Amino acid sequence: MRVMAQVGMVLNLDKCIGCATCSVTCKQTWTNRDGVEYVWFNNVETKPGIGYPKRWEDQSAWRGGWRVDANGRLRLASGGKLKRLSRIFANPDLPTLDDYYDPATYDFDTLLTAPAGDRMPVARPISAITGQPMRLTWGPNWDDDLGGSGRYAADDPDMAAVRDQVRMSFEQTFMFHLPRLCEHCLNPACVASCPSGAMYKRASDGIVLVDQNKCRGWRMCVSACPYKKVYINRLSGKAEKCTFCFPRIEQGVPTVCAETCVGRLRYIGLLLYDADAVGEAAASPGDLVEAQRSVFLDPNDPAVVAQARRDGIGEDWIAAAQASPVWALAMRHKVALPLHPEYRTLPMIWYIPPLSPVLDATSAMGGDSADADDVFHAVANLRIPLEYLAALFADGDADLVAGVLMKLSAMRSHMRCLTTGRVASDDWATRVGSTAEELESLYRLLAVAKMSERYVIPPAHREDAAELAGWTTGCPLDQVAVGRP
Amino acid sequence: MNWSVVLFGVWPYIALAVFVVGHIWRWRCDQLGWTTRTSELSEKRWLMWASPIFHLGMLLVIAGHALGLLVPPAATAALGISETAYHMVAVGAGVTAGLVLAVGVVLLVLRRFILRTRLRLVTRPGDVVVYALAVVVVAFGLWATFAANVAGPGYDYRETIAVWFRSIFYCQPQVDLMASAPWQYQVHVTAAWALIAAWPFSRLVHVWSAPLGYLTRPAIVYREQP
Ligand code: HEM
Ligand code: SF4
Ligand code: SF4
Repeated sequence: MRVMAQVGMVLNLDKCIGCATCSVTCKQTWTNRDGVEYVWFNNVETKPGIGYPKRWEDQSAWRGGWRVDANGRLRLASGGKLKRLSRIFANPDLPTLDDYYDPATYDFDTLLTAPAGDRMPVARPISAITGQPMRLTWGPNWDDDLGGSGRYAADDPDMAAVRDQVRMSFEQTFMFHLPRLCEHCLNPACVASCPSGAMYKRASDGIVLVDQNKCRGWRMCVSACPYKKVYINRLSGKAEKCTFCFPRIEQGVPTVCAETCVGRLRYIGLLLYDADAVGEAAASPGDLVEAQRSVFLDPNDPAVVAQARRDGIGEDWIAAAQASPVWALAMRHKVALPLHPEYRTLPMIWYIPPLSPVLDATSAMGGDSADADDVFHAVANLRIPLEYLAALFADGDADLVAGVLMKLSAMRSHMRCLTTGRVASDDWATRVGSTAEELESLYRLLAVAKMSERYVIPPAHREDAAELAGWTTGCPLDQVAVGRP
Repeated sequence: MNWSVVLFGVWPYIALAVFVVGHIWRWRCDQLGWTTRTSELSEKRWLMWASPIFHLGMLLVIAGHALGLLVPPAATAALGISETAYHMVAVGAGVTAGLVLAVGVVLLVLRRFILRTRLRLVTRPGDVVVYALAVVVVAFGLWATFAANVAGPGYDYRETIAVWFRSIFYCQPQVDLMASAPWQYQVHVTAAWALIAAWPFSRLVHVWSAPLGYLTRPAIVYREQP
């Protein structure tokens, strides 16, 4: 057992209103520069929908992530090392700008300089790349809120998992938003594919970064990442990606996307995991969610704590892991699920699947969406959206998703009984294999938790921080001059 | 001042000095700019053909030059390879490799400069210089070989140009050998030295980073920040 710490995030999808505040604040912070006009480290997709870049989930086309070969060994889906190096001169799996979109700005000057007249001046779209007037025909959330989904949503790769007769009616059935960022995977395909070793996983907190001084522009990471969360800077020709706002995390402050989230639906915390178990979990023949959960270590287990100390994890970090909302939601309550576990990267952004599609369907079926009995009934009988959610969050295991949704529904009914003072007609907690205290603590975390409970981020151990603060991207000769190696 | 001394006795040293000092400077001060500056994001259809053809041709041509310029005739003779046999193979393989390279260069130039694609927006002055020189070097190299060996009676560069090339590194440049070579070769080598001089300031530095270490590296890299 080798204990390592990993920062992770949980997003409670029921609360996401798709406002894209997270995307915009992230862009203002990180990718508001030339060369990355088209890049959204955080983007919000409407599901069902084809996403950004288009159909990123279709790994038969992009060959991202890992797969298990005939001998049960884990391989990058894009092939062995030699095969990939042979394609280094031109990477057949790389998306192009057309797969993302042609970013636009507007000719705002016209609005300011137009002479007085009868007609309202119009700011026409101009390409942020060419500077030429352009027609808007696609964007990173073109199919937002199911807009045009008659055309696009059927192309959603996750729809393939939903059986035909129900596929036709999804438009009346459900819709939800899926905010996406780099998953800071435990088994990152981007890192494994980087020919120059420029991409790395920080040993202290697991944040996956690109060393801009070492990246040589081989652009293998972009196609290897199944979530398409590494991007090429058009001008520098180097890879860039979500940094999990590491300068903020090091100070114990949440990421920009989390802090600005209007729905307050994001949680950040630590998980302790057994680094020696990662390979086996990633290569697991089945039950991928369970396999992923099996690598995490209970921070309240004295044996784990003792080993964590031996492995150099500080007391404050161990305490943070014990108070971690990510541990609580993903491991204790087991209501958070990883996105596309079948990519086998062991992603660390977890999602609480939305109950709202089921609630809508319950009402549509004439049931009471506030009554867990009716909701249970709907969950058990409605194959969509269940199969669809299972394709996203559980490698197709609809029962797993059903269990989560029932628990969320039971929690609501339990709390309803408590607050309305009605006598519970049934013991909701036992019906979902939980206890009243557990459901109440889950409720507290999901409904009323303050910032200090939603973000439990221990500041980095930077005993050598003063020295590191002097580190810049300047000429290394300067550092030689002041006596640094 | 004798021009042949300048071109074949002085220019190579200037180019080599710029090449060496330029690389040291670039490596130490511009890690951030040390990249292939991939343009596949902006244009992929043509690149899928052009880049592999170009690189294949280039690697073959580099290997051919190493053989032709660095291995003296005595060495091949000692291996029992007759001069005519060597000549046949060298011209045959050399011309083939040169043509592959030429196709690659033409496709890359078309892609980058002629077609109206997004590439124009990411093209820098360095690219213009490198491609201009590359076109000259490749065109005159092929022309010289065709004129002398395919159409003409044959020209034994191993007794002249190769000796001159090696003499540069012995610091006793035998300028006359190059000055007496056909003029197409003279243009070829002069432009080639210019390409060498431009090398450290262009994207060509990516060649030195060819990722062979990847083959033996563990999959996941864990480290702390620099
Ligand atoms: C030895 C191993 C080499 C590797 C692995 C390599 C790899 C690459 C890669 C990945 C690109 C970027 C293609 C893209 O995505 O746009 C590239 C571009 C390029 N390489 Fe190489 N290269 C090698 C050797 C060379 C050599 C020897 C030369 C010439 C002396 C060369 C000249 C070029 C040029 C001119 C481009 C730019 C193509 C363009 O976009 O117009 N490369 N190379
Ligand atoms: S999601 Fe992030 S860590 Fe995972 S493979 Fe993609 S870029 Fe790498
Ligand atoms: S800011 Fe929050 S609510 Fe708005 S889209 Fe992002 S995750 Fe959803």
